[in-house]
Amino acid sequence: MTADTATSADAPADPLISALTAQARTAVHGTPATCPCVSTPLAVRPDATVVRHAGAVAKAHAPDTDPAALALRVATATRLPDVLLPPLTPAPAPLRDPHGLLVTLWPYGAPVDRDDPDAAPWEAVATLLARLHRTPVPAGLPPMRGPAKAARALDRLHAALRATPHGPARPAARPVLAAWAALPAWATARAPMPGPAALCHGDLHLGQLVRHPAPDGPWRLIDVDDLGAGVPAWDLARPAAWYACGLLPPDEWTRFLTAYRSADGPAVPADGDPWPALDVPARALTVQTAALAITKALAAGRPLDEVEQALADACARMPSAPAPPGRRAPGIPD
Amino acid sequence: MQCPKCHAPMHTYNRNGVQIEQCSGCRGIFLDYGELEALTRLEAQWSQPAPPPPPAPQAYPQAAPPAPAWGAPHGGHHGDHGHYGHHRHKSFGHMLFSS
Repeated sequence: MTADTATSADAPADPLISALTAQARTAVHGTPATCPCVSTPLAVRPDATVVRHAGAVAKAHAPDTDPAALALRVATATRLPDVLLPPLTPAPAPLRDPHGLLVTLWPYGAPVDRDDPDAAPWEAVATLLARLHRTPVPAGLPPMRGPAKAARALDRLHAALRATPHGPARPAARPVLAAWAALPAWATARAPMPGPAALCHGDLHLGQLVRHPAPDGPWRLIDVDDLGAGVPAWDLARPAAWYACGLLPPDEWTRFLTAYRSADGPAVPADGDPWPALDVPARALTVQTAALAITKALAAGRPLDEVEQALADACARMPSAPAPPGRRAPGIPD
Repeated sequence: MQCPKCHAPMHTYNRNGVQIEQCSGCRGIFLDYGELEALTRLEAQWSQPAPPPPPAPQAYPQAAPPAPAWGAPHGGHHGDHGHYGHHRHKSFGHMLFSS
């Protein structure tokens, strides 16, 4: 169900991957018997391990995942099959292995082709987001985790700077930290998000889309870990940040924005300049992405590459760029 | 003549009246005394009378979509396709798929 590529596909002996594979296999065949199907780790990251077995995908969630919150998020995916990929099983289950991680089971979907920018489904993702944002927020659903994830990225950058006192990527960190410090409190998870709250994905990027059934079914959003109530412009802010930083061509940004508006998406006004709504989230996601890039570069002892540098350069320009009017909702603490 | 580096035979080419020896093995190039200066002179002549480059084709005839003041100078203000062609593949697979 994920479009992330494997980072350590050559680890068949990993007990977590073996246990996940067994659960995915049981989901496909109904019995833990051996079979000729191929199992593939799709993602092996600190925050998620994902294994595909034939038509099923098992995801082990991060160790700090709140079980009740995840259950509400998965239930939301069950209720919105036209927007979110519905799970194979209605509720997360604890993994039958010593890790004690929570596992969810999903149908396999075909991801976006990373090697073909022309095939990126900008209209589809915009339309799905507009539908998601127009859906009433299910009762009890926790806040969207976008700002919390940005704050976590900055924590990781601070830790990397402490661990790596020298390194070619260090100078890039100063403007990124300064841009972060200048953001309003809600965007850095120090205050609640301003309302009215919409149902948000919380971590939108092109790896969060699959076609189900593969290979040419309709596009659906995946990865509900950050789903919740919040500022819907956050979900538009990654493409907005990529466009602002010169990484996404204007025509592709226009296609995305136009499709979102055509589908009555509520995050930006129906016409006119969308940036009063997008500015703060796009700054936050630029800072978050730059922070993670510098963290990686510090660990590798390398300088930033040109794409990463474009993000750091945008952070350096932020202090002198005034926020557009209307960036703060009335009565919301800054 | 033999290549001083890999000892493969070198072939002589004439480029605008300048004799250039190129190795058939390692593709290295040998210039005689004064030939580098002759090439530099030719290059200067070549570039001087060239007409100024035509204005870049307007890829986006309509006004570029609005972008924030902190955006890249090219971030939508000018429809510079060359820039995106350069960055596009790298940023697409590298940035647009991760958290």
